[in-house]
Amino acid sequence: MGADTAVAPPQKGAGPDPVADRAPARSRRSRDDRKAAWLFLAPALIGFALFYAYPTVRGFYYSLTDYNLLSDPSFTGMDNYRDLIGDDQFFNALKVTGYYVVLNIGSQTVLGLLLATLMHRLTRSVALRAMLLVPWLVPNVTVGLLWMWLLDANLGFVNHILDALGFGTTGFFTSPTWAMPTVAAVNTWAYTGYTALLLYAGMLQIPHHLYESASLDGAGEWRMFTRITLPLLRPVLALVLVVSLIGSFQIFDTIAVTTKGGPVSATRVIYFYIYEQAFTNFHMGYASAVAVVLAVILAALTAVQMRLLRASRSDLA
Amino acid sequence: MNRPRTKLSAGRIVAWTLLGIALLLTVFPFYWMIRTSLTPAADIYSDSTGLVPDHPTMINFLRVLGLTSEEEARAAGGSGAQVDFLRYLLNSVVYSGLIAVLQTLFCAMAGYAFARLRFPGRDLVFGVLIAALMVPPIFTVLPNFVLVKNLGLLNTFAGMVAPSVLMTPFAVFFLRQFFLSIPRDVEEAATLDGVGAWGIFWRIVMPMSRGPLITIGLTTTVWSWKDYLWPLLTGREDQTRVLTVALGIFQQQSPNTQPDWTGLMAGSTLSVLPVLVLLIVLGRRLVESLNFTGIK
Repeated sequence: MGADTAVAPPQKGAGPDPVADRAPARSRRSRDDRKAAWLFLAPALIGFALFYAYPTVRGFYYSLTDYNLLSDPSFTGMDNYRDLIGDDQFFNALKVTGYYVVLNIGSQTVLGLLLATLMHRLTRSVALRAMLLVPWLVPNVTVGLLWMWLLDANLGFVNHILDALGFGTTGFFTSPTWAMPTVAAVNTWAYTGYTALLLYAGMLQIPHHLYESASLDGAGEWRMFTRITLPLLRPVLALVLVVSLIGSFQIFDTIAVTTKGGPVSATRVIYFYIYEQAFTNFHMGYASAVAVVLAVILAALTAVQMRLLRASRSDLA
Repeated sequence: MNRPRTKLSAGRIVAWTLLGIALLLTVFPFYWMIRTSLTPAADIYSDSTGLVPDHPTMINFLRVLGLTSEEEARAAGGSGAQVDFLRYLLNSVVYSGLIAVLQTLFCAMAGYAFARLRFPGRDLVFGVLIAALMVPPIFTVLPNFVLVKNLGLLNTFAGMVAPSVLMTPFAVFFLRQFFLSIPRDVEEAATLDGVGAWGIFWRIVMPMSRGPLITIGLTTTVWSWKDYLWPLLTGREDQTRVLTVALGIFQQQSPNTQPDWTGLMAGSTLSVLPVLVLLIVLGRRLVESLNFTGIK
């Protein structure tokens, strides 16, 4: 999404080149490539029509129907949306998702910034960066299982340590209080390295001499961080923040293997709720209505993202 | 890099220590996963803190790879249900390989058309395509599932990869950006020599674009390797079950109340090994491609 504009000013002068793109040097007539063009585009256009455009229209239609996947959908107008308003589970899902997003984005951004700054100021080692990337490479399903094992109430390594330190043991995934913070922590573990590397890439764009002259002026690390790194990183930071925000609204895999929405709906996030409605309860129409609401929320967030990005053009120019 | 060596101040020691802790927190869970996978199931109650298992064994790997008899597997802590992670591993390779290769190719073709070829409606079509970035995946997952089901493609690789092999808006956008930056001279020289659009694309543009193509190919490989929901919906049966789905099913097949942790960790290790190999072989490329794509 939003893509490479800020984070990765692609190597030398990539990006739209208005001159090359526009005016044909030779006569327009001599080069109309429409036949070749449609051939080049055919696979992508078919894919777009079948699996993006058509399902989008279809999804809206399902949200106006009663559909159990077995018999044909029957049109019921706004009924699903009316039901949404009285659905406590739906509002709980929104609330729980919000809670997760705040926890996850907060910890991921702060830790990511810290990690990126440490790397930026200490080392350029590729090996180190590669190691920090490993959790991101691993399927969320594996990550979930791994942490379920590490945090297991009876046999988990973490509880052994906590017990030895005198804190007793905790059923992290089974406690209504701890389940969501635990899921957030697990996903923070999985994605912070990735976030840190994106931020680090942004930091590499900041001219090194700024730090040199600042340190000649006797500025300490904290001052350099708040006066140079943070302000100049703003566009990258904004982009990373909003993209990971939208990403974390869509948490599913980790929940699906660890808590399955429990205990007592404490982790029944909206994505998981949609999944359950559609494929466990076979309320495809209702699930589609919830998905429409989610899409609207995400579209609003994206609009905010666009504003933020425009508002935060780098001071580096 | 040739930076002047700074002396080891207190601040630097603290900073390196923090970085060391971060690395330890990153790596240790994986170490523990492998350590558990080498522990006999009977030992996990008694031998659960030592850094090395008391009685290391390969039995967990053998049984999740389907290389033991049912009785042996059950004796080693399994449910006795038939699992064959070797097959799921191959399925995962096929699934993410097909998506990565074909999606990159088709998106490159489309990106090239949008960057270089002239045809009426080009900007409009491109705009509509990019607008698809705004639609959240879960929204299209539901109707796409119905579509694949109605086409009779459930539990086939064709149905599983169909929504992603032909295009993804981001890849088209990304590759078009790159193609725009290639100087036109080379292509024009080739045009004068009578090479057609396909020849130029295939023999000149593609070889020149190895960096971005590998970038997109790699990130696509990683994402599809991690896929869970879509393969769970469309590829549950043995012949198409990928690793992530297999792990989820394996987890639910536990014999007693306690999950089969040693078997699960052996299976988990198998799901990490291939990406680890990818990282070791292509580490620098992978890390650099992050700087390059920025955010996916």
